[in-house]
Amino acid sequence: MAYSEKVIDHYENPRNVGAMDKDDAHVGTGMVGAPACGDVMRLQIKVGENGVIEDAKFKTYGCGSAIASSSLLTEWVKGKTLDEASTIKNSQIAEELELPPVKVHCSVLAEDAIKAAINDYKSKNGDKAKSA
Amino acid sequence: MKTPIYFDYSATTPVDPRVAEEMCKCLTPEGIFGNPASRSHAFGWASEKLVDEARNNVAALINADPKEIVFTSGATESDNLAIKGAAHFYQKNGKHIITCKTEHKAVLDTCRHLEREGFEVTYLAPETNGLIDLEKLKAAVRPDTILVSIMHVNNEIGVIQDIAAIGEMCRDNKIIFHVDAAQSAGKVPIDMGALKVDLMSFSAHKIYGPKGIGALYVRRKPRIRLEAQMHGGGHERGMRSGTLATHQIVGMGEAFRLAKEEMAAENERVRMLRERLLNGLKDIEEVYINGDMEQRVPHNLNISFNFVEGESLMMALKDLAVSSGSACTSSSLEPSYVLRAIGRNDELAHSSIRFSLGRFTVEEEIDFAIDEIRKNIDKLRELSPLWEMFKEGIDINAIEWAAH
Ligand SMILES: Cc1ncc(COP(=O)(O)O)c(C=O)c1O
Ligand code: FES
Repeated sequence: MAYSEKVIDHYENPRNVGAMDKDDAHVGTGMVGAPACGDVMRLQIKVGENGVIEDAKFKTYGCGSAIASSSLLTEWVKGKTLDEASTIKNSQIAEELELPPVKVHCSVLAEDAIKAAINDYKSKNGDKAKSA
Repeated sequence: MKTPIYFDYSATTPVDPRVAEEMCKCLTPEGIFGNPASRSHAFGWASEKLVDEARNNVAALINADPKEIVFTSGATESDNLAIKGAAHFYQKNGKHIITCKTEHKAVLDTCRHLEREGFEVTYLAPETNGLIDLEKLKAAVRPDTILVSIMHVNNEIGVIQDIAAIGEMCRDNKIIFHVDAAQSAGKVPIDMGALKVDLMSFSAHKIYGPKGIGALYVRRKPRIRLEAQMHGGGHERGMRSGTLATHQIVGMGEAFRLAKEEMAAENERVRMLRERLLNGLKDIEEVYINGDMEQRVPHNLNISFNFVEGESLMMALKDLAVSSGSACTSSSLEPSYVLRAIGRNDELAHSSIRFSLGRFTVEEEIDFAIDEIRKNIDKLRELSPLWEMFKEGIDINAIEWAAH
């Protein structure tokens, strides 16, 4: 499998690796995939009072394309509102990273992860999040 | 030291320069290029002589009669010819075949094909060390069992099956015994005078010969009959038609001759290198060796680094040419069926790397590999949410994952 330069760059210098306190009310956590399938992606966002994503962190167990997809996504969501972040599509990630067809599902996983993180934040914060 | 370093000798080997030299003599107008089947002139006779010598060398490595060697295009074809050829010829005696779940696809897929033709196949599960329990094999035998096909050395985990004992059992039950020896020739001594093996597959490119050539051993005493799969000019005593590829056969012969001469010394040298590699890795936390360490060729080390996914590890180890049993189930590749068959859970199957060493591996390369692996395992574990959970004492198996 030949990887694009962008995948290799994110893989070798992953952005925003790390963990946040998942019990913090400002933090939304999305964990998707399954170890048995060979991929687990955890994406976390920290949302400010204004509803803007201030910070994002990830950890991924998976192939290089899955690692790159999640790394790229943390860069993209920072500074976005929750609504903006939830419109990010896997196809944009796949296009940016030049993923081959067999690797498209790695970007789907990243889309699932940000959606799950946003949902987690919203369910923690109830109506407050909606009005923000 | 040149990178990437080749640690994939079980996939294929480079041609030994001494082999290449002999092959080159059989191609050009000045060389011995004739058709070995041409009986009417010196070009043919010269080629035939080289083919005879090569056949003798192949036979000598396994202590067989040269008349028992049928040249084919490789172990895949040999497996096909042996299994389909014997099944078709002996089907009047029964239609049951026994093989093992960890066989190479060349055997498994051939058996699947025979199932579609109406044969019944039992796929035995090996023990967790990769070895077959002879009692379980015996228990699978039925009155209509005509063929048992068990590989000598497994390509992924390098374990050596007890083909001597299996052969005795088969002979006692009048069952034909085929062995895929693609990974064992030149690594494990093979004595056809003593073994009760009826059919054995070989490939040249696993032992420093060229790709595209192999052989099938077909026993003469007691005589084993096969239905040909390739029809034509009746070459190779009617079992495999097609003009003999002199240069390929000469390469295979020379590779087998060198293997016979050098196998003992080479095995010891490779074993020391493998031990060095293992010693450099075994104290890393959460590493698991796949397959039995005693009944194993010295060339192979198959190891799982828990909580690190194999494909990403291979990407990190870009300076090492290794192979991985992994690939996420949702991509076109499947996780290793061999590791699954020996009872490894999916996580460990996804985290495995196969190192296969060989004739041109040197100590410096092993030391470089150890450094690279240790560095990258640390890096990837820092990235792994599973590692973090493991370190926090969370039981990953207790979580309800949404398998996809
Ligand atoms: C055990 C085993 N059988 C068969 C084969 C196929 O051999 P060939 O490439 O000569 O067809 C291989 C090599 O991939 C092998 O390892
Ligand atoms: S996550 Fe499945 S191949 Fe990338």
